[in-house]
Amino acid sequence: MLDVPQQDGWIGRAVERVEDAALLTGRGRFMDDLGTRPGTLHMAILRSPHAHADILGVDCATAGALPGVEAVLTGADIARLTTSLVVGVKAPVSCWPMAVERVRYVGEPVALVVARDRYVAEDALDLIEVRYATRAAVVDPLAAMDDGAPLLHDGFPRNTASDRSFRYGDPEGAFAAAARRVSIAVHYPRNSCTPIETYGLVAEYDPGEDAYDVLANFQGPFSIHAVISRALKVPGNRLRLRTPPDSGGSFGVKQGIFPYIVLAAVAARVAGRPVKWIEDRLEHLMASVSATNRATTLTAAVSADGRVSALDWDQVEDCGAHLRAPEPATLYRMHGNLTGAYDIAHVSVRNRVVVTNKCPTGLNRGFGGPQVYFALERLMQRIAVELGLDPLEVIRRNLVPAASFPYRTAPGALLDSGDYAGTLEAGIAEGGLAALLARRDAARAEGRLYGIGYAAAVEPSVSNMGYIATVLTPAERRKAGPKNGAQATATVSIDPVGSVSVHVASVPQGQGHRTVLSQVVADAFGLTPGEIRVNTEMDTAKDAWSIASGNYSSRFAAAVAGAAQIAAGRLAGRLARIAASQLNVPPDEVVFAGGKLSARSNPANALAFSRVAALSHWSPAQLPDGLAPTIRETAFWTPPELTAADEEDHINSSLCHGFIFDYCGIEVDRDTGEIRIDRYVTAHDCGTILHPGMVDGQIRGGFAHALGAALLEEYAYGPDGSFLTGTFADYLLPTATEVPDPVIIHTQTPSPFTPLGAKGVGEGNCMSTPACLANAVADALGVADIRLPLVPSGVAALIQGEERAAPPDAKPRGGAPKAAGAKGEKLMRGEGAAQVRAAPEAIWAMLLDPKTLEAIIPGAHGVEKISDTHFRADVTLGIGPVKGRYRAEVTLSDLDPPRAVTLGGKVEGNLGFGGGQGRITLTPDGRGGTEVAYVYEAFVGGKVASIGGRLLDGAAKVIIGQFFAALARRAGGAAGTTPRPGLLARLLSLFSRTPKEGGR
Amino acid sequence: MPRLSAEGRHAVAFTLNGRAVDGVAEPRMLLSDFLRHVIGATGTHVGCEHGVCGACTVEVDGMLTRACLTLAVQVEGSAIRTVEGLAPAPDRLSVLQAAFRRHHALQCGFCTAGILMSLDAFLKATPRPDEAAVRDLLSGHLCRCTGYTPIVRAALEAAAELSATQEETAHA
Repeated sequence: MLDVPQQDGWIGRAVERVEDAALLTGRGRFMDDLGTRPGTLHMAILRSPHAHADILGVDCATAGALPGVEAVLTGADIARLTTSLVVGVKAPVSCWPMAVERVRYVGEPVALVVARDRYVAEDALDLIEVRYATRAAVVDPLAAMDDGAPLLHDGFPRNTASDRSFRYGDPEGAFAAAARRVSIAVHYPRNSCTPIETYGLVAEYDPGEDAYDVLANFQGPFSIHAVISRALKVPGNRLRLRTPPDSGGSFGVKQGIFPYIVLAAVAARVAGRPVKWIEDRLEHLMASVSATNRATTLTAAVSADGRVSALDWDQVEDCGAHLRAPEPATLYRMHGNLTGAYDIAHVSVRNRVVVTNKCPTGLNRGFGGPQVYFALERLMQRIAVELGLDPLEVIRRNLVPAASFPYRTAPGALLDSGDYAGTLEAGIAEGGLAALLARRDAARAEGRLYGIGYAAAVEPSVSNMGYIATVLTPAERRKAGPKNGAQATATVSIDPVGSVSVHVASVPQGQGHRTVLSQVVADAFGLTPGEIRVNTEMDTAKDAWSIASGNYSSRFAAAVAGAAQIAAGRLAGRLARIAASQLNVPPDEVVFAGGKLSARSNPANALAFSRVAALSHWSPAQLPDGLAPTIRETAFWTPPELTAADEEDHINSSLCHGFIFDYCGIEVDRDTGEIRIDRYVTAHDCGTILHPGMVDGQIRGGFAHALGAALLEEYAYGPDGSFLTGTFADYLLPTATEVPDPVIIHTQTPSPFTPLGAKGVGEGNCMSTPACLANAVADALGVADIRLPLVPSGVAALIQGEERAAPPDAKPRGGAPKAAGAKGEKLMRGEGAAQVRAAPEAIWAMLLDPKTLEAIIPGAHGVEKISDTHFRADVTLGIGPVKGRYRAEVTLSDLDPPRAVTLGGKVEGNLGFGGGQGRITLTPDGRGGTEVAYVYEAFVGGKVASIGGRLLDGAAKVIIGQFFAALARRAGGAAGTTPRPGLLARLLSLFSRTPKEGGR
Repeated sequence: MPRLSAEGRHAVAFTLNGRAVDGVAEPRMLLSDFLRHVIGATGTHVGCEHGVCGACTVEVDGMLTRACLTLAVQVEGSAIRTVEGLAPAPDRLSVLQAAFRRHHALQCGFCTAGILMSLDAFLKATPRPDEAAVRDLLSGHLCRCTGYTPIVRAALEAAAELSATQEETAHA
């Protein structure tokens, strides 16, 4: 715990949180903990198994007839009842919350069901029949801009939604004059901070007033309120948006619930009853929202001693299948900060925004910072390597000097305050860099792979609501009207017994806002935090709010807590005047302390706070002349520094700028490629610290997220757009055994621009830590091209080179017919055998008999014989958490009765699709029985493909075992199976298309 | 266990934190849904419904159990403990809960119920764990807010406090 010198008041003290007692005892009130009105229906969503396909037809009749189902809606209904969500660039493109005519990513909503409970709603999803015609997909942002790449939206030629270039200073001149030019190309992967509570909402529609009432664990920004009401075709005052008392984490992610608010609101309108939806985890991973992945080429003009004079940025931002509000904000959030912590006068930028067949992107902790700093700080390390300098020296030589604050960066950010060199040196001294360098020397002397990485970062907070407009040209901006500022609101109320309540529109998701506000307001009134009651629930129909309201861009401490102080301060000023008249002293002689208002010179001359505070209720006539009552005060605060982008595209994208200097020592296991973090030091200057425990909590939490992004996490897609990391067994989050305790060091340079001197602190490590760890790995291995996440297999390839292909004679997999139709889907191969106590002829007859097949194929509801060699089957299979119905078409070929047959087929269901071919051979075992051997190759795509290898393998083995057991039973004898990698999988691959051997 | 009909609804009765509770469930209903939406014990949270995140961890007949991987009908006649049963009184916190509050071992508090259940059982079985053992135990839980270290510290401090109390009791 940070040791901050005790101050006079409560601000700066690590008081226990008021939130915790309820949360620790199971009395939290999260979205799904709240009751619903009687008659509330539950929504489930049918999602696309294809990354890119035309919807030929959706048949909802059977689903709609299921008892308990109240409504089924498709994209056509949504298009009829709503207006497209706004798109953040000028282009003839729409953005629907449910696919209209075409699906563009795996998991895109295709239909929804509302029913009496979630179980029935999900039953009904199985009964919806969707016919697709698949299209080629594109997942790589650079490939998406190629000639002839599959086009997602006609209004985005070359899949490019925006292409803007910027020039600040004289970058050409600086490059021409520079001694050296150092360049780096990086690919920042997709990931998400995945809050443990998923999206949840209840929506209701009042036809009498044409008004919607939505309770959702949305996090803001409330600029999105306007997007939702526009989509629902009502004015803002007919969309009441409320938030529950508690929210189970967000990290930006719950901004992305808004398309579902539109869907549920429409569903409630159609069904005539409230509709509730709680997203499940598989939906969340596949289709909630993601950070952007970005391909960046960054070049520096450098002097021989490592001083950078110019940067040239070329950023290609991948926003997924739709440009959803507020994108392309991820790309522009850092625009003023493209020079990082460095004094670099000349900058050129080319920013392109592309769409690909992946989940649309949105807010995620760090929001643009991880992408920028990974490129910039990797570049600084490369400069050191290429110039033969100490990387720490390169950082030092380029830092913005302490004497130059407030410092205007070349692209327009106004760095408010700091002592970057001072914080860096404090980090070096207190964090023990010298000892770490010695450890590296010792480790290397023993031949171990040990590296040290550094990263410096400026952490922006309190976003300028106008920065997103930088994506528009100055002419377009003039037409759209000016956008700027960052309105924060806070209301302080005093009730008739003089007790104090606070309300803010900050929508916390665990950051302890209620505790900090109780400290801030207690100080204003000379009370204790325990005497202040804080409410952070949000209700757009009753509360003070604005577009900037919400919990993002680390704006709470800097902006919202300050607004609360301003509101409390205004009330205190009026209370002082009331007390002054009764104490017979001037108002500035009134002191608030210990629950009393007293005369500074004579503390015995005092009034109880509650008595003075309640006067406006009980006896307004006694208020001094002209004094407004003290019942309620709402403060709106927006910093004047946050101006709109100017004609030359300068933009002060954020109000506050904290500073971070990180370094770490890591060791790479030469054999496994595993990375062990020996020591991680993170030095922060986030201005005035309001609550040391919470500041450290934000740093530790951000560090853990960043560690996951650096070492484990990636939203991975197959080349066909299949989503490959659809469970927490595949999308690996760091656990307590992977996250070390970082050494945290603080310096405090108050911000001159915020009421309390505080700056944001929640996102910085998401920006600095991935680059710092990557620099350490680069140092350990002496390699230049580092790609995240640094999973052991990737690191091992850096050490040992790419894995060699198996020699051609190694392990013949021969005999398996080639699976048809694979376009980069997850391929599986397998083979195996089973013993059955029946003659080949008997088994042959069984395999060709639909009644027998129906009885022995696990999950088969019906096998229909179309011809002697063509069967149609309907099966239900569960693989891990994904259970679904599939339709299978099976054909038999190369019949060699009773010795061998090739089965081929395709399966399709709402959870996925697949196909394959396999050959079964029947060999008499000489004892009256038969050895049934098979070999197959199959592919899967869609949701099922996102279930990881372990689950699929396990499920396939179980299903195959069941098939053989049933076959043996049916044949009248016990069976033994030989679980070689596959088994009857190939049969299943045909009938059910779950098998999965050979992995992805 | 009696044979259940997939279409039918079945009475399920058990004790929850020492008190008898009952309700009716389809055989497919998850224990997590039953606890939360039928019984109304919403302290147990659902984070992934595939057994990885650990938020729904409860104790069934003394065994730590993922409520999202258990069917309600499976716990007929069992004794179940949940986060609602950890505090000694409504206005007091257990030693472990109080340590969590002191160390800021929770932020959003959504994963906390499951972590408390696991640590409560663990500290009974392992009164004096070292940090590595606590981290190993916690590896069955996902927390996105805290970075885990404050949880580890809270657990170690609670362990020390609990074993000191037990020693006092033993010496008395």
